[in-house]
Amino acid sequence: MVDASTRQKLFGTPETNFLNCTKGWKSWAFTLDHKRIGIMYLIGVTIALFLAGVFALVLRSHLFTFDSKMLTDDMYNQMFTLHGAVMVFSFIIPSIPAALGNIVLPMMLGAKDVAFPRMNLASFYLWIIGTGCLLAAILSGKGLDTGWTFYTPYSIDTNTGVIYATFGAFILGFSSIFTGLNFLVTVNTMRAKNQGWFKLPLFVWSLYATAIIQVLATPVLGITLLMLIAEKTLHIGIFDPKYGGDPVLFQHFFWFYSHPAVYIMILPAMGVISELISVYSQKRIFGYSFIAFSSVAIALLGFLVWGHHMFTSGQSLVVTLIFSAITFTVAIPSAVKVFNWLATLYKGSILLNTPMCYALSFIFLFGIGGLTGLFLGALSTDIHLHDTYFVVAHFHFVMVGGTLTALLGGVFHWWPKIWGRMYNDFLGRVGCFLVFSGFNLTFFPQFVMGSRGMPRRYASYDPEFQIFHQLSTVGAFVLGLGILLSFVVLVYSALRGPRCSSNPFRAASLEWQSSSPPDFHNFIHTPVLTDPYDFETQVYDEELDTYIPREFANPDKVAPRKEPVHH
Amino acid sequence: MAVADSHDTHDDHHDLHDHGEFIAHHFDSAEQQFDSGKLGIWLFLVTEILFFSGLFVAYTLYRTNHPEVFEQAHVFLNKYLGGLNTIVLLFSSLTMALGVRAAQLGRNKNCSIYILITMVCATMFLGVKAVEYSHKWDMGILVRSAFNLTYTHPTPTTEIGKALHISDYLVYLCVVPALLLAGFIVASVISKLINKGTLAKFMIAMAITVSGYFLGVCVGIIFMNATEGETGSTHASVIAEQPLMLLASTQDDHAEGDHDDHDKAAAASNHEGEHSDHEEHFGSHPADGGEASFDAHHPDPSTLSRDVGIFFSIYYCMTGLHAIHIIAGIIALAWLYWRSLLGHWRTDYFGPVDYVGLYWHLVDLIWIYLFPLLYLID
Amino acid sequence: MSDHHDDLPAFCHPVSTKLLFGVFFGLIALTILTVATSALGSALGMPPAFAFPLAMVIATMKAFLVCAFFMHMWWDKSFNVLAFLSSLLFVTLFIGMTMMDTGEYQPTIEAFDVNNLANVEVSE
Ligand code: HEM
Ligand SMILES: [Cu+2]
Repeated sequence: MVDASTRQKLFGTPETNFLNCTKGWKSWAFTLDHKRIGIMYLIGVTIALFLAGVFALVLRSHLFTFDSKMLTDDMYNQMFTLHGAVMVFSFIIPSIPAALGNIVLPMMLGAKDVAFPRMNLASFYLWIIGTGCLLAAILSGKGLDTGWTFYTPYSIDTNTGVIYATFGAFILGFSSIFTGLNFLVTVNTMRAKNQGWFKLPLFVWSLYATAIIQVLATPVLGITLLMLIAEKTLHIGIFDPKYGGDPVLFQHFFWFYSHPAVYIMILPAMGVISELISVYSQKRIFGYSFIAFSSVAIALLGFLVWGHHMFTSGQSLVVTLIFSAITFTVAIPSAVKVFNWLATLYKGSILLNTPMCYALSFIFLFGIGGLTGLFLGALSTDIHLHDTYFVVAHFHFVMVGGTLTALLGGVFHWWPKIWGRMYNDFLGRVGCFLVFSGFNLTFFPQFVMGSRGMPRRYASYDPEFQIFHQLSTVGAFVLGLGILLSFVVLVYSALRGPRCSSNPFRAASLEWQSSSPPDFHNFIHTPVLTDPYDFETQVYDEELDTYIPREFANPDKVAPRKEPVHH
Repeated sequence: MAVADSHDTHDDHHDLHDHGEFIAHHFDSAEQQFDSGKLGIWLFLVTEILFFSGLFVAYTLYRTNHPEVFEQAHVFLNKYLGGLNTIVLLFSSLTMALGVRAAQLGRNKNCSIYILITMVCATMFLGVKAVEYSHKWDMGILVRSAFNLTYTHPTPTTEIGKALHISDYLVYLCVVPALLLAGFIVASVISKLINKGTLAKFMIAMAITVSGYFLGVCVGIIFMNATEGETGSTHASVIAEQPLMLLASTQDDHAEGDHDDHDKAAAASNHEGEHSDHEEHFGSHPADGGEASFDAHHPDPSTLSRDVGIFFSIYYCMTGLHAIHIIAGIIALAWLYWRSLLGHWRTDYFGPVDYVGLYWHLVDLIWIYLFPLLYLID
Repeated sequence: MSDHHDDLPAFCHPVSTKLLFGVFFGLIALTILTVATSALGSALGMPPAFAFPLAMVIATMKAFLVCAFFMHMWWDKSFNVLAFLSSLLFVTLFIGMTMMDTGEYQPTIEAFDVNNLANVEVSE
C-alpha cells in the first residue's frame, strides 16, 4: 500500500505526459518515443486508408451498372491496382503492429521503449518514402495496372509505373522488417522482471508471431521486387519468358512472401481480439496457451501453403496436392482461437461497448472469411472459384472484416489510454453497426456473384450480375460512412472528450498501470507484475475513480468493482 | 510483490547518463543493451540470408533445368581470381575477428589497426572484382538481353586505357575510387592544417582504404595475366571449343528461320528503345578487334546465347548484390574506425564492433558459397 | 576456448588469438582443397557427379568454421544460434518447394521461346 498522494501521482491525471512533455513539430518529427511514433503511424495509415478507400468507392460507383462508362477500362485497371497496392502495403500491413503495437507493446512489457528506438523512427520514415513511391506511380502520370500482385510477364511488358511502385513496395518491406525485428528483440530482452513468456498478454504473443513472419518472409519480397526491377530495366531473363525466363517462378517468389503476409495482417488482429474479449467479459481468457501457441503455429504453417494461390497457374500436381493439404491444416489453429474466444465469452459479464462490438463483429466476419478460405483451398472448387469475386469476397472478409474491424476495436480500446479522454460510446457503436452492416452488404453478394462465375478485375460484366453489384456498391458507401463516423468520434474525443481515468475498464495488463495519457517514460513507477487475465488483481479506488492494482490500494477505500461501468 | 522498489521515480527525464555513459536510457544494464543488439543483429543476418535466398533459388532452378549451360558458361570465370578474392575475404574475416577481440579487451588502438586492415581487404576485393567485371564486359559477356559474346578485347579508347593497356571499363570503374582517394587526401591535409588531429588520422586511413582498391586492381591484372594459360585464354581455345560443342548439340533442334522471328520479337519487346543496340543481334555487330566474331562462323547461336546469358544474369545479380554488401560493410567499418580513434570501446561496451563483425562474417559466408557455385562448376 | 579474464563482464568472451589464426589457416587449407579438387578432380579420376556435392561439403565446413569461431556462435546464446539456423530451414523450404514444381512447365517455356515468339503480344 502507498499513501494517497503517491497514488494520486501514479494513477491520477498527470500534468505532464508524453503528449505535452515537449513541444513543436521537431519534437514529433525526431522523436524516439514509441508512443509518438505509433501515433504518427496511426495518422499515416489512416491517410492511406482514406486514399485507398476513395479509390474503392470510385470502383464501386463504376460497377453500379453493367455497362458503365464512368471509367475507361484502363482507368479501371489502374484504380483497382492502386486500391489494392496502397491498402495492402501501406495500410493493412503496418496498421496494427506499427501503429497500435508500437504504442502498446513496450508498455505491456513494462518497458520504457522498444529495443531500438532509432530504428523504429526509421521504419516510419521508410513508410513515408515507400508510400510516396507507390503514389509516384500515379503522380508520374503513368499509373499502375498490374494488380497488387505485379505478376510477370505483364508487369514486365506494361508501360505503367511498375518501377516506382515496386520500389515503393520494396521500401515498405524494409519498414515492415524494421518493425518486426524491433518487436522480436523487445519481447526477448525487455520484458519486466519476472515476466515469463506465459505472463505476456496474448497481443504480445501475436505481435511476436507476426514479427517472425515479417523477418523471415519480407526479405524475399525485397529480392523479388529487385529482380523484377532488374528484369524491367536490364532484361535479365529470369522471369521473362521472352528471354527464356520463368514467369511462374515469379509467382512462387511473390507468394512465398505474400501468403505469410496475409498472416502479418491477421495475427495482430487476433491478438487485439484476445485482449478485448477477455477485458470486456471480465473473464480470464480461455485456453491461454492454446491461443499463444496457435499464433506461432499459424506463423510457421503459413510458410507452407503459398502454392494455393497457384493452383491454376500450371503448378505441378504433386506440389498442388501438398499445398492444398497443408492449407487445410492452417485452419486448425485459426479455429482454435475462435473457439477459445467463444468459450471466454461464455458466462462472462459482457460489456457491449464499442470495442466489444467490434470484437464480436470480428469473430463473425473472420469466421466467414476463414471458412471460405477452405473452399478455395480445396482443389476442385478452386478451379471454379479462382479469380472470381468469391476470392475477392474471401479476402475482404478476412482483411476488412478481420483486420480493419480489429484495428477499429483496438483503437477504441486503447484510445482513452493514449489521449486520456473518453469517446462517445453511443456514436461509437453506431459507427460499428454501420461498418458491420455496410461490410456485409458489400461483400456478401460478392460470394454469390463469384460462385456464379463473375470474374474479378473486370470493368464491365454480364447484366445478370447487376443487382449484386448494386447491393455491393450501396454497401460500400454505408461502410465508408461507418468508418468516417468512427473517425469523427475518435478525433472529437481526443480533442474534446471527457477526461478519463487510468484504467476505466478494469483491464489487468501492464499498460493500464500507467496514467492516461502515459508519462514520457511510460511508467512513473515500476509496474507491479500482474497476471494480464486475472482481473481480481485490480480493485476499484473510489478517490481516483479508477482500477488500480491491489498492492497500491487503500484497503478501506476500495470496492472490488464499480457497478455498472457506464460512460 | 515488489512494491517496495516501486518509487524509483524517473522524474528527471534529461539525465540519461545516470547509469553509464554508453547505456541508452531505455535499457537497465550494459548486458541488456548488449543482448538486445546481439539478437537484433542475428535477426538482421536472418533477413539477409532470406534476401539472398531468392537468387539462390533462381540459381538452383536454372542450374537444374539447364545444367549443360552452366558447365559451359563457367569457363568464362577465372577460378584463380575467384580464389584470390576468397582468400582476401577470409583474411579480412580474420582481422575483423581480431578487431572484435581487441575491442572486447578495450584495446582501441589495436582495434583501429585491425579494422583498417579489414577495410583495405574489402576494397581490394572490389578491385579484383572490377578487373573481372571489366574483362567480361569487354568480351560482351553481359546480362541475358545484352549478352553479345565476342572473342576479342576492344582496343581501349581512353587515354589512360591506352597508356596502361587496360580496358576502358576498368578505367571507368576506377573513376569514383580515384576521386575518393583524392578527396580523402585533400581532406586529411586540410584537417591537419586546422589541427584536427583525429580527423586527419581518419582521413588518412580512408585514403589507405581506398588505395586498397587500386592494389586489388593491380593484383587482379597480374593474376589475370599469370593465369592466362588457364582460363585467361578464354579468348582463344576455351571459348572456341566448349560452347561450340554445345552448339553442335543444339543446332539440329531448331529450324533456320527461328533466328529472324526471335530478333523481331526481341526488338519489339524493347519499349525503352535505348536497349535496342544491345538486343538480340548476336552476330550483327562487327567484331571490335577485327577478328571474326563468334557468330560469323556459326549462325543461329540464339539458344546458346539465351541460356548462357541467364547464367550471367544470375552471376551479376549475385556478385553485384554481394558487392553492394561489401560497400555497405566498408561504410560501417569506417564508422567503427572513427569510434576506435575516439577510444569508445571498453570491456563492457564493444557491441557495435561485435555487430558489424557479425555482418562482415556473413558477407564472407555468402561468398564462401558463391565461390564454388559460380567459379567451380565442373 | 575463449580466454579467461576474471575482470570482464559476463557477456564479454574474447576468443584467443591462437584459435582465430588456427581457424583462418583451416579456412585457407579448405579453399585450396576445393580449388584443387575442382581443377584436378577429373584428372585424378573423381566421378563428375561427386564434384558438386564435394564442393558444397567443403563450403559448409568453411561456413561452420566461420560461424562457430569467428562469429562466436560456439559461445553464443542458444536462442541466437537457433534464430540464425532457422533461416536456413526456410531457405531450404523455399528452394525445395519451388524446385519440386518448376520442372513441370519448363517444356512450355522452351516451346514458347522457340515457336511462339511471333505470336507474343507486346503492349506498346
Ligand atoms: C483461414 C485460413 C485461410 C485459408 C484456408 C485461405 C485460403 C485461400 C486461398 C486458397 C486463396 C486463393 C484463392 C484463389 O486465388 O483462387 C486465398 C486467397 C486470398 N486470401 Fe486467403 N485464406 C485464409 C485466410 C486468409 C487471411 C487471414 C487473409 C488475410 C488477412 C487472407 C487473404 C487472402 C488474399 C488477399 C487472397 C487473394 C490474393 C489475390 O489473389 O489477390 N486469407 N485464400
Ligand atoms: Cu494464401
